[in-house]
Amino acid sequence: MVSIENLHKKFNKNIVLSGVDLNISEGGIFAILGPNGSGKTTLIKSILGMVIPNKGTIKVQGEHIKNSSSYRHKIDYLPQIANFPNNLKVKELIKMIKDLRGDTNEDQRLIELFTLQPFLDKKLGNLSGGTKQKVNLVLTFMFDSPLIILDEPTTGLDPISLIRLKDLIQAEKAKGKTILITSHIMSFVEEVSDEIVFLLEGQIYFKGSISELKNKTNQPDFEHAIASILT
Amino acid sequence: MLKILKYSFFDLMRSRWSYVYFAFYLLLGIVLLFLNNDLSKAVITLMNVIIVLVPLIGTIFGVMYYYNSKEFTELLLAQPLKRSSIFLGQYLGVAVSLSMSLILGLGIPFVVYGLFKSNAIWDFSLLLITGTFLTLIFTALAFNIALTNENKIKGFGYAILLWLFLAIIYDGLFLMSLILFEDYPLDKLSLIGTMLNPIDLSRTLILLKLDISALLGYTGAVFKKFFGTNFGLIVSFIMLTTWVVLPVLRIIFKSKKKDF
Repeated sequence: MVSIENLHKKFNKNIVLSGVDLNISEGGIFAILGPNGSGKTTLIKSILGMVIPNKGTIKVQGEHIKNSSSYRHKIDYLPQIANFPNNLKVKELIKMIKDLRGDTNEDQRLIELFTLQPFLDKKLGNLSGGTKQKVNLVLTFMFDSPLIILDEPTTGLDPISLIRLKDLIQAEKAKGKTILITSHIMSFVEEVSDEIVFLLEGQIYFKGSISELKNKTNQPDFEHAIASILT
Repeated sequence: MLKILKYSFFDLMRSRWSYVYFAFYLLLGIVLLFLNNDLSKAVITLMNVIIVLVPLIGTIFGVMYYYNSKEFTELLLAQPLKRSSIFLGQYLGVAVSLSMSLILGLGIPFVVYGLFKSNAIWDFSLLLITGTFLTLIFTALAFNIALTNENKIKGFGYAILLWLFLAIIYDGLFLMSLILFEDYPLDKLSLIGTMLNPIDLSRTLILLKLDISALLGYTGAVFKKFFGTNFGLIVSFIMLTTWVVLPVLRIIFKSKKKDF
């Protein structure tokens, strides 16, 4: 699905990724973990083509992403901080994205799922953080793309929406999609992910299932296993 | 690109600033016509305002729009859209809406006053054309500055400096060099010097069209000989177009390499 070879990226003098090799197979939920500033978002943004790597190649479904934009039809992306144009209404934003990407009817179901109907005519600048994140989720999940990238999807969500989100992720997985997630909430990661990728100092430190990680670190639970890597 | 252009354009049309800008030109046109009571004279006064103000507004609006629509840009970048079409669309959205405010704001009072029946129509059209060129040029320059500077304050600073340089400082340096080298033949140099600054170029073009070049003395005669001809006019428009094309190319080039 996604194959990354020898990826290097630095911002000025700050080296963020130094030689990342990663192969993500088709289908399943992959969690990208790592301490703050380990390059998770940079890695994701490189896959999306928002960050231009200094070195290395990225392929999405066998297609080189360099100088291409059409491959993004295969990706649904949930950005980390839901920043939207403030003077746009929710309804207009959804319509605009549909206009840019192609039509879909999924949005109606998702709007109902996250009970966003009362906010459709409100401007995005006036919404709370959690509501913005729900709009963000609607925009991400309304298209039927084989790869879904979620950057901190749980931010600001209330417990009910969180349950809905988990259901949604599982439903997409059942369709055979590949889902990449970054999160700092370990319980969430443990619950949803099939495999984890641990980034440390710009490189992949560990890739495998959670039970493999527990064995490797000799820790009984996931949270401590992660903590033991970092200490 | 057209879709982005459409959204940027409507986004701006919705903002209060386009209306303020439009209303300002409307008012300016009406006041000038009322005070001068003569179309040709109003055009001359208008030229002085446009030559300085249009570049300033273009620069400020361009920089402001770029920084303000950062979120919108990031949202678009994750969509299957080419970077060049995102940024060109936004640039044209700003430039077109500013040009529209200019053309409509000034055009309406002049047309109502009886522009079509007077012979000032060509002078006035030239004024609007150069105004539109200046908008396109300075918005493109502003986008260039904003693209290369992450820091808003720095970006605004450079943008203002650029405007100050081209609108005022350049003329000063130009005059000083003319005085310094007055012993040498300077007609070619002053022609080239004028060509290299879009503001000077526009001013000269309009002044000569208005047939008040006699006021400029000897240089006026040299300029008239060059700009007054069709050849001069074509060269001038080629220069103005170059001033649009080069910054736009740099927008495309820079945006391809930028990290978001």
